Amino acid sequence: MNSVASFTVPTVNNAPINVEGLTEKISVRDLDFFYGDHRALKSINVPLYKGKVTAFIGPSGCGKSTLLRILNRMYDLYPNQRAAGHVRLDNDDILAPSQDLNLLRAKVGMVFQKPTPFPMTIYENIAFGIRLYEKLSKSDLDDRVKSALERAALWNEVKDKLGANGQSLSGGQQQRLCIARTVAVRPEVILFDEPCSALDPISTAKIEELIDELKDDYTIAIVTHNMQQAARVSDFTAFMYLGEMVEFDQTTKIFTNPTDRRTQDYITGRFG
Amino acid sequence: MALYDTRRVRNKVAVGLAVGATLFGLAWLVLILAVLLWEGFSGLSLRVFTEMTPPPGSAGGLLNPIMGSLVMTVIAVAIGTPLGMLAGTYMAEYGRYDRLTMIVRFINDILLSAPSIVIGLFVYEVMVAQMGHFSGWAGAVALAVIVIPVVVRTTEDMLILVPDTLREAAASIGLPRSLMIKKVAYRAARAGMITGVLLAVARISGETAPLLFTALNNQFWSSNMNAPMASLPVVIFQFALSPYKDWQELAWTGALIITLAVLALSITARSLAAQRKSS
Repeated sequence: MNSVASFTVPTVNNAPINVEGLTEKISVRDLDFFYGDHRALKSINVPLYKGKVTAFIGPSGCGKSTLLRILNRMYDLYPNQRAAGHVRLDNDDILAPSQDLNLLRAKVGMVFQKPTPFPMTIYENIAFGIRLYEKLSKSDLDDRVKSALERAALWNEVKDKLGANGQSLSGGQQQRLCIARTVAVRPEVILFDEPCSALDPISTAKIEELIDELKDDYTIAIVTHNMQQAARVSDFTAFMYLGEMVEFDQTTKIFTNPTDRRTQDYITGRFG
Repeated sequence: MALYDTRRVRNKVAVGLAVGATLFGLAWLVLILAVLLWEGFSGLSLRVFTEMTPPPGSAGGLLNPIMGSLVMTVIAVAIGTPLGMLAGTYMAEYGRYDRLTMIVRFINDILLSAPSIVIGLFVYEVMVAQMGHFSGWAGAVALAVIVIPVVVRTTEDMLILVPDTLREAAASIGLPRSLMIKKVAYRAARAGMITGVLLAVARISGETAPLLFTALNNQFWSSNMNAPMASLPVVIFQFALSPYKDWQELAWTGALIITLAVLALSITARSLAAQRKSS
């Protein structure tokens, strides 16, 4: 196991990717973001390639979570927060004032740092989101709930207690329930905001495996403080620092031969 | 060591004063309850719940004021709860950062501590004086005015305690805000919101002043909300001040009934609040 303390670079499993054949699912161009008067993001440019996992790394406060929360307009829930620039999902302008936020968020799902199951049964936690957009028969709904829970590798642990409260599960199970809930509404993109930082190592390993499986069907962005995790799960890595996008490249490249001095210092644990 | 010793002495003095003050306060409370239990139980019988208030010198019970109190309380809660919950929901969910919310919160806090006699006079002016007579409706409305600020406050407080992460999670699957509130926030805050309503009921069940000016009193059975209506607090007030021994005894019994009812409500509210914490 590589550790930050020994100043060794995490190992990267993924082979180099041919970027030529990839399509940009989400493209971010010249993006600025403001909390009141404070400019938290500065002219960010970054692509999220379809069917790939992109990791966002950087020290606390660098703006990586802020960036993620722009992609589904989550910041819109709060006053005095403003984004300027261009963010496109396929050809749809995410930042457009006319954007239907509920439909956008159904397409761009999100999994949070703290597991956030709803105060209802395990079954309802999943079925709830599906019913919002589809009218299904009881048996079709049952199937969808089952497949979502299977997809999140939780079915075997909860199949006998679907009527139990979602909040009675363990932390790791709750987080997988949240992933199942997100997957159930069939999004195109899934945003993970430090999904493992509140979990134990075994649960973390399960979630990482899951992300690896999910990328066949979804475009994934993950914010993480754990560089080993970024190296293990992602195809592309973006290093951010003080609100700027310092370097974006294939994960292999970032972790073996970064261009920017600051990237190198960060991944070798000299700061952060 | 001298420094340490003085600190120990000071600590002992401070703890002694705190315990003393607590015992002093508790002693009066125990005394009041003991007298209430002693005097109230001696008059408690089945007749209290089956017969009307008597004229002086004959036997009777408290059935009409008990019913009057129940009816007016239920109507007050039925008026005050939806209004209070909707206002609290606006303040916590839709307008959390609005100026209007700050103004409403400020006014609500004033209403929360307004003397209830002022509320009684207000309803007297707008209802009793206009209608030309005292009525059960006016009493219920006066009590509702007391219920509203309590429910507004607890609803807002309980919804604000619902973590924003839960709201974000609901938004993240494309849930419109109205459904988020109904299905997620209300569920998470349910126990606390019910506690607020129970506390409001406890608050109004002992109110006398607002009823004196609105429902007045009625010595006989009346289910007519357009006529004066008896209530326990007003009957206690009237009977306790009277020179007749049997009326005074009934007043003690009425006070005991109210106290036990409020006690039961408080225990229910507390156990609900404890449930919320443990879940």
